[in-house]
Amino acid sequence: MKLNDEEKAMLAGETGEPRRWAVEHMMEVGRMFDAADFVPVAQAHMMADTESLGEAGVAFLEGLAAHPETDRRVAVPMLTDPRGVDLSHYRPLGQTEEMADLERRTIAACTALGILMTDSCVTYQTIMPPVRGEHVAYGDTGVVIYCNSVLGARSNFEGGPSALAAGLTGRTPRYGLHLDRNRRATRRFIVSERPEGLTDWGVLGGLIGRLCGSYWEVPVLEGIEGAPTSDEMKHFGAAMASFGSTPLFHIAGVTPEAPDLESVCDGPPPEPVEIGRKELEGLHGNFGASGDEVDVVVFAAPQLSHVEMARVADLLEDRHVHERTALVVCTSPTVAADCERLGIVGRIEAAGAVVLRGTCFYNQYAREIGEANGWTRLLSNSVKIVNILGGYGYRPALASMEDCVTAAVTGRVP
Amino acid sequence: MTLLLRCHPGIGPRVEGEALVAADDFSARYDLDRLAGTFSRPGHKLAGLSYVDRVLVLNTAKGGVASAWMLREMTERGLAPKAILFNAANTILAQGAAFAGMALCDRFEDGDITRLIATGDRVIVDPPAGLVTVKKQAATVET
Repeated sequence: MKLNDEEKAMLAGETGEPRRWAVEHMMEVGRMFDAADFVPVAQAHMMADTESLGEAGVAFLEGLAAHPETDRRVAVPMLTDPRGVDLSHYRPLGQTEEMADLERRTIAACTALGILMTDSCVTYQTIMPPVRGEHVAYGDTGVVIYCNSVLGARSNFEGGPSALAAGLTGRTPRYGLHLDRNRRATRRFIVSERPEGLTDWGVLGGLIGRLCGSYWEVPVLEGIEGAPTSDEMKHFGAAMASFGSTPLFHIAGVTPEAPDLESVCDGPPPEPVEIGRKELEGLHGNFGASGDEVDVVVFAAPQLSHVEMARVADLLEDRHVHERTALVVCTSPTVAADCERLGIVGRIEAAGAVVLRGTCFYNQYAREIGEANGWTRLLSNSVKIVNILGGYGYRPALASMEDCVTAAVTGRVP
Repeated sequence: MTLLLRCHPGIGPRVEGEALVAADDFSARYDLDRLAGTFSRPGHKLAGLSYVDRVLVLNTAKGGVASAWMLREMTERGLAPKAILFNAANTILAQGAAFAGMALCDRFEDGDITRLIATGDRVIVDPPAGLVTVKKQAATVET
């Protein structure tokens, strides 16, 4: 990789050990993907939940945080993804003091590095959406796919260490989605039936992600007339990224890089694959559970927006969560604060549900809290979360937000 | 029988181990019980099997960014694969391998790596050279 003078100085350790490590780490990754050089980034966003960090990751962060302030502070605004523990509500979930201590150590280390603890996977709805063409280094696949696709920003999937390296140096290797040639459509889908509701958008995203099946495929959709809502795009993208490791999609006539099909195709468009009701029901059917009892209903993955929070509160009006069932709602600290002010959190909690701030169900020790609470039969409207949690000992099932609330109230899938 | 398989130069050190192969995808978050060292996702083709000290051979990476932290944690606890070979890696697994010091290679010249290597084969992975040497076990050699 070609380095400029500033990058050479960093690699030589002239600006401190954290930045030396960061450049060395990014060069190793950049060489794997044939990056010619670095590209400046405007923001970074890091997944650093303690379940994935473990003791090794936390100790690494603390090691960086022990360096002098001039050496350790991030060079560009840097945000965090959801945490592993909501320190205001962890004992009732069965999370341990050991987990909470790991969380406190992580927060202390990140704060010392100058990272803004936003604890959110919906930063594009709540903090600072990137603008079209802006190079960024984001963690959380849902954040990346939304910002690449809906906003036209440029980011690869950045795991925690690489996002941190980008934050410390203000740059990332120029490969993957930072390059025009990797943003062109390689797969084409014609959607004959527009999804209705967040869950069906998630199902469509999951199906396309599964069909693409690789980070390096870029789907373009036709047949979607008019813009989906931000929450619909959120569930659509998060599910696609979850099923396929897909970081970018285009919707002809909707997303900014695809005013029409030809604009995102090099030469003749790829052969189309049609997706209709039958294909969507095929994926949906993998997660059916009608009539079954439910242990826990989860709204998360991605964290809920203000609009989703208000909808959950409306659906719970004059109802109460069943005594054998739990209802867990995960949102960002920003949304939670607003929704407390608006009385929305109070209405949800008055119905017997739990609102968690700054976490997301699947990255907060889902296996351990499931075992502690006897939760195996899980219902959610999130296609992403039902895709993930099978490996955590749950029997996840999928339903609309309305049916999820009914299940939480009656204890059974309607 | 020995096969020499060329690939894109990869990440991490030269290692040798026994292959564990499936035509399936991979995420440390989605697929593993990292405390037990086994594949735990019921639908995964390696469900129930230990990945510890094996050379994993899989199609591609899937899902989220958590694997980038997890590979190092798995390595430090001694419950990690020795190497991972993909047809196509994603950015996360490459970043995670770099952070963990784990061998990882992809983009093989001779085709589908999950068909070229069989479970039980002895495999030498040389990421800097972009070379994987496969010592086929008699039972896995196709006739």
